[in-house]
Amino acid sequence: MTLITEPNLPDPDGFYARLLAAHKGLSPDQSQALNAELILILCNHIGDPAVIEAALALARK
Amino acid sequence: MPYDYRPYPYTPPKGLTTPEDPHKVIIVGAGPVGLAMALELANHGTASVILDDNNVVSVGSRAICWSKRSLEIFDRLGIGAKAVEKGVTWKVGRTYHRDTEVFTVDLLPEDGHKMPAFINLQQYYVEEYLIEQALANPLIDLRFKNEVIAIDQTEDTAHVSIRTPDGDYGLRAAYVLACDGARSPVRAMLGLDFEGELFEERFLIADIEMQADYPPDRRFWFAPPFHPGQSALLHKQPDNIYRIDLQLGWDADPEAEKKPEKVRPRIARLVGHDDFRLDWVSIYTFQCRRLARFVHGRTIFVGDSAHLVSPFGARGGNAGLQDVDNLGWKLAAVLQGRAAPSLLDTYETERSFATDENIRHSSQSTRFITPAEGVETAFRNAVLSLAAKAPFARKLVNSGRLSTPCTYPLNGPDDARLPAASAPGRVAPDAPQGKGWLIDRLGREMQLLAVGDVDDPDVGLPVLRPKMNDHIRARYLGDMAAATYLIRPDQVVAARWAGQPDPGTITSTITTILEGRA
Ligand SMILES: Cc1cc2nc3c(=O)[nH]c(=O)nc-3n(C[C@H](O)[C@H](O)[C@H](O)COP(=O)(O)OP(=O)(O)OC[C@H]3O[C@@H](n4cnc5c(N)ncnc54)[C@H](O)[C@@H]3O)c2cc1C
Repeated sequence: MTLITEPNLPDPDGFYARLLAAHKGLSPDQSQALNAELILILCNHIGDPAVIEAALALARK
Repeated sequence: MPYDYRPYPYTPPKGLTTPEDPHKVIIVGAGPVGLAMALELANHGTASVILDDNNVVSVGSRAICWSKRSLEIFDRLGIGAKAVEKGVTWKVGRTYHRDTEVFTVDLLPEDGHKMPAFINLQQYYVEEYLIEQALANPLIDLRFKNEVIAIDQTEDTAHVSIRTPDGDYGLRAAYVLACDGARSPVRAMLGLDFEGELFEERFLIADIEMQADYPPDRRFWFAPPFHPGQSALLHKQPDNIYRIDLQLGWDADPEAEKKPEKVRPRIARLVGHDDFRLDWVSIYTFQCRRLARFVHGRTIFVGDSAHLVSPFGARGGNAGLQDVDNLGWKLAAVLQGRAAPSLLDTYETERSFATDENIRHSSQSTRFITPAEGVETAFRNAVLSLAAKAPFARKLVNSGRLSTPCTYPLNGPDDARLPAASAPGRVAPDAPQGKGWLIDRLGREMQLLAVGDVDDPDVGLPVLRPKMNDHIRARYLGDMAAATYLIRPDQVVAARWAGQPDPGTITSTITTILEGRA
């Protein structure tokens, strides 16, 4: 697998709104905690170290 | 009953009055590593002098967890049975977050091994047993209250200056083994850097004596109710002694925290009562450091003097014993003219590889237990909170990855159709042999293992033919009908072939090893 960087979300605006809604009412610390859990959950779902590596590289670019 | 720290007798050494003949090997330090080193060399027929500045065993327990590999090594040194009999055998580690168990590990899920995954035994007992063996061994000259104060080396010899209660004297040797611990004065005498990191965290380490019926399992808590926000560890030792580690934070005052009036209530909250005796209390800050190189001319660093890890994972003493295992046969072979001095370079490359692995594991555990503020803490807490909700996160919980031997990166012949458990670079896996064990019949000299339907190779090496059973089949054959293994004197698999190898291949593999090219 290679990292998908082309559009892959069926409803981009809906996804974005959902992400913000998940953080609604959280303090910055609580938000950081939620983000951390989310990252761990998604990374486990992906599994493939090469894809995760590519995602980390893209994020740090 | 507190341990009885009997002083060992000091005898004025001969060298104080008449110069001594040069020795083969001088070992600096009679900790577990120096003592084991002398016994291992003696097993290979090489004499040594051990010099120790002190005359009692390790005060306070320090190391308690001895790994399966260490027990196999102890067995060759004559103290395996005694250690297992006295020690508390265990193999399960349980990790809790608050009061929920979030991760459980079984460190030896399979049977068919002589030695258990781990025993807990106070370091002073291990040293006592090793000293007893060393004093009875004619190849070992153990000198208490002999402090090494200077060292000089030339191309082919080392000179050591020693201070005794009766004055100073000097000794020469072909090799000096610096087994003088984490603060290694020999390292300082050679002006060597000890590179690595210090973790900004303080831990209270206490051994307490109490009547209790706790299981032998290693139990580790993140943020338990009895010690909010910090980590804690509880582990059983013989003689009704329990090891307790409590994380205190970097701002804790080490002097104040050592006082019984501070320590006792903390421990009482953990064990639920005040009915215990404090046996030993200390405040530690942990470090992971190593020497860049272990071999410096005629001086070789072994054990804590060469590398230091935090205790989560019990990789300190256990790694030191694996150093001994690796160096013993090589140094003996070089001194007896059976191998080129370059064989000693493989001590450095192999144990350097192991050291990096040990430091990586123990830094990762320490970082998980003591995350830096900010994102490190956020991820650590996210793992703990997820562990209660999703199985995948349990594998990320890290309260210490316990010591197992590394797989040395050897490049001897291999056949990947044979089982991974016995690949070159790994310790030859044990298996039952009638009433005995395979591991007891391996080691001390280079040998061949002929498994299944093969002829004995005729290359002048002893050939061992294990009795066939399910364990031998699973660990040495897999789907193959026959295999031949070349086993080093440290019980490490050097090379292996499915079926019958050509004798020339075996001999050239042995030559490669003894010339230090493997
Ligand atoms: C709290 C704690 C818990 C630990 N738990 C474990 C564990 O569970 N399992 C494990 O495997 N390891 C554990 N360790 C690590 C273990 O204690 C060390 O790795 C081990 O003691 C190293 O042995 P050594 O022989 O290299 O050094 P040491 O035991 O330090 O021995 C060095 C010896 O050299 C002598 N010496 C020093 N200078 C001189 C000199 N100038 N001349 C002559 N002699 C000298 C000293 O007196 C000493 O006898 C733990 C350590 C600590 C602190």
